[in-house]
Amino acid sequence: MRDAFGQPQSAIVFGGTSDIAQATVRQLVAKRLDRVVLVGRNATALGELQQALTNSGCSTVEIVVSDAADPHSAPRAVDDAFAALGQPADLVLMAVGLLGDQRANDDSAERTAEMFTVNTTWPAAVLAGVRGRMVAQGYGQLVVLSSVAAIRTRRANYAYGAGKMGLDGYARGLAASLAGTGVTVQIVRPGFVTTKMTAHLDKGPFATTADAVATVIVKGLATKSTVLYAPGMVKFVFAILRHLPEALWRRLPG
Amino acid sequence: MAEEQRATVAGWGNTARANQHIVTPTSAQEIEELLHHAKHGVIPRGLGRSYGDPAQVAGGTVLSNAALQEFGPIDRTTGLVTLGSGVSIDNLLSVAIPHGFFVPVTPGTRQVTIGGAIASDIHGKNHHVDGSFMNHVQSLDLVTPTGLVHVSPTKDPDLFWATAGGMGLTGVILRATIKLLKIDSAYVTVDTTRHQNLDEVMAAMIEGDHRYRYSVAWVDCMTSGARLGRGVLTRGDHAPADVAQGRASAEDAIPTKPRLSIPFDAPSGLLNRLSITAFNEAWFRRAPKNKVGGIERISTFFHPLDGVANWNRLYGQRGFVQYQFVVPDDQADTIRLAIERLSSSKVPSFLAVLKRFGPANLSPMSFPTPGWTLALDLPVGPPALPAVLDELDQLVGQAGGRVYFAKDSRMSPASVAQMYPRIEAFRSVLNRVDPDGVMVSDLARRLNLRGTSNA
Repeated sequence: MRDAFGQPQSAIVFGGTSDIAQATVRQLVAKRLDRVVLVGRNATALGELQQALTNSGCSTVEIVVSDAADPHSAPRAVDDAFAALGQPADLVLMAVGLLGDQRANDDSAERTAEMFTVNTTWPAAVLAGVRGRMVAQGYGQLVVLSSVAAIRTRRANYAYGAGKMGLDGYARGLAASLAGTGVTVQIVRPGFVTTKMTAHLDKGPFATTADAVATVIVKGLATKSTVLYAPGMVKFVFAILRHLPEALWRRLPG
Repeated sequence: MAEEQRATVAGWGNTARANQHIVTPTSAQEIEELLHHAKHGVIPRGLGRSYGDPAQVAGGTVLSNAALQEFGPIDRTTGLVTLGSGVSIDNLLSVAIPHGFFVPVTPGTRQVTIGGAIASDIHGKNHHVDGSFMNHVQSLDLVTPTGLVHVSPTKDPDLFWATAGGMGLTGVILRATIKLLKIDSAYVTVDTTRHQNLDEVMAAMIEGDHRYRYSVAWVDCMTSGARLGRGVLTRGDHAPADVAQGRASAEDAIPTKPRLSIPFDAPSGLLNRLSITAFNEAWFRRAPKNKVGGIERISTFFHPLDGVANWNRLYGQRGFVQYQFVVPDDQADTIRLAIERLSSSKVPSFLAVLKRFGPANLSPMSFPTPGWTLALDLPVGPPALPAVLDELDQLVGQAGGRVYFAKDSRMSPASVAQMYPRIEAFRSVLNRVDPDGVMVSDLARRLNLRGTSNA
């Protein structure tokens, strides 16, 4: 059950080994989080995180292996995750994402399909499954990792941006559909985050870290905000950037 | 059948809100049916003055005791009266005072119900003399998930005492018979003294509390150094009949409706370090240095905050937490350490209430145990607050003390096990009267009070 500071005791994390998910879970465990299910593709990486969380005092850490590249695995992932938790989930964090290499995606139907499967189809399917569970338990918080890339697509990563755009829009509709049920949705839109996903890229402007994004999420849990930005500043930057004329927008670096 | 609606409620601290069904049953039979058919947990709720989450159950069903208003009559010779669970201390006093009776224990507000008073086993300024509320309850009727029972200190004493401070988890209290206190006037004689630091306040209380039925000190947690914990000590007794002569009649001296009301949530941050320091300073200077034999109306002395309706809204949308703990007499230093910790962490805190408790009763979960208790009002917002309170939990737990469930909204299950060593006795009663775990609250889930961890 969440406490007066909005801190959960139980959570399911989809995309458990992403840098942002790991940082968030570590911060939550340092507070009240005690029972966690980590869902991800890489059993070894999940196992390492499981060990680290157990060492920091988490009473239950379970692992569910599932591949977001296969949309048919989504219902099973939801069933297995809730079964592994064995109790209502105070929090579900959706942190699955694939940045991809846009140049390589440009002319590849196969790779572009995968981008949308991982960034949109699988997460949305999982969220739909989670929705029913959360409504049945009568409470809970859903946190969906989107991106500022979802605000306006760019040359550098338009498949990723468009994929996140789909998920972001889905999550906002999901939030509206849950009004009055006791279940809430929060969408997190980080700016450029220096993680293993972006290690090969030049740092963008207003670059932030996974830990800083995690801090925004952990603090945000206590608020009623539907959309959270990390760092907070990018909200205002993108409020302007999204209205730039296309000719200018295209020329922006990064 | 009782009307059912879905609503979002929170405790008085306006923190973690819960969405659930709210039903207002009118009879024991309706309550039995509701408990029988409930799917996601049931918890009773009174006037919602608990600060955290004991009277809510997200996704479940809250049973309001608002329709359980059976009242009296008051036995003029014994002071015994049987009251429905939903009768408030406010209702009770407006009838009892003109008849020359007072409620045996009252908290700082009249807006609590008899059911809530028992479920939290509330205490007042007279704990060192009279003990807590349950000490004055003769018997009660309780609808448990396994049926309606009549319990008393001699009939199923385990269930009777588990219900005291049991936070509603033993079942729904239908009615209780309590023994009122005979009074000769609607006034209180009050001695007020001002003290420059915590040591002085505590020394004065040790020296003289036994001479008064009522005693409480308000201490300033925003001061440090030589003035750390400066405070104002007020102590009193019910005034004799002759004091009332020439004053307003008992009817006029009974509790009045609030004069002021806070109509909406103030901006969060209105109550901050600056404003709270200024308030504490003004309040300290306003108190008389030493005033003996003052006469106050009962409402002024016992329920000063009831003069402002919805004062909790001053804390804004983020709300506030209360932190109340007790430590044994030989661990009195914990009080100083706690105030120092708050003062040094720059966490703003309103005037704290300091009080000495007398002997405990037989309840395994009731909060009052002999020693010193300190209650703090803390606005949510300072980033350091959660960790500071966790540190205080450690301090209190190691000192053999405990934190009050009726005030809590953020403790951890591990602390509970340390602070309430008789919790297993409580759980075994719950397992007997509620084997399927029907009774559950957000507090019970958060603190794992049932001991099942997936409650």
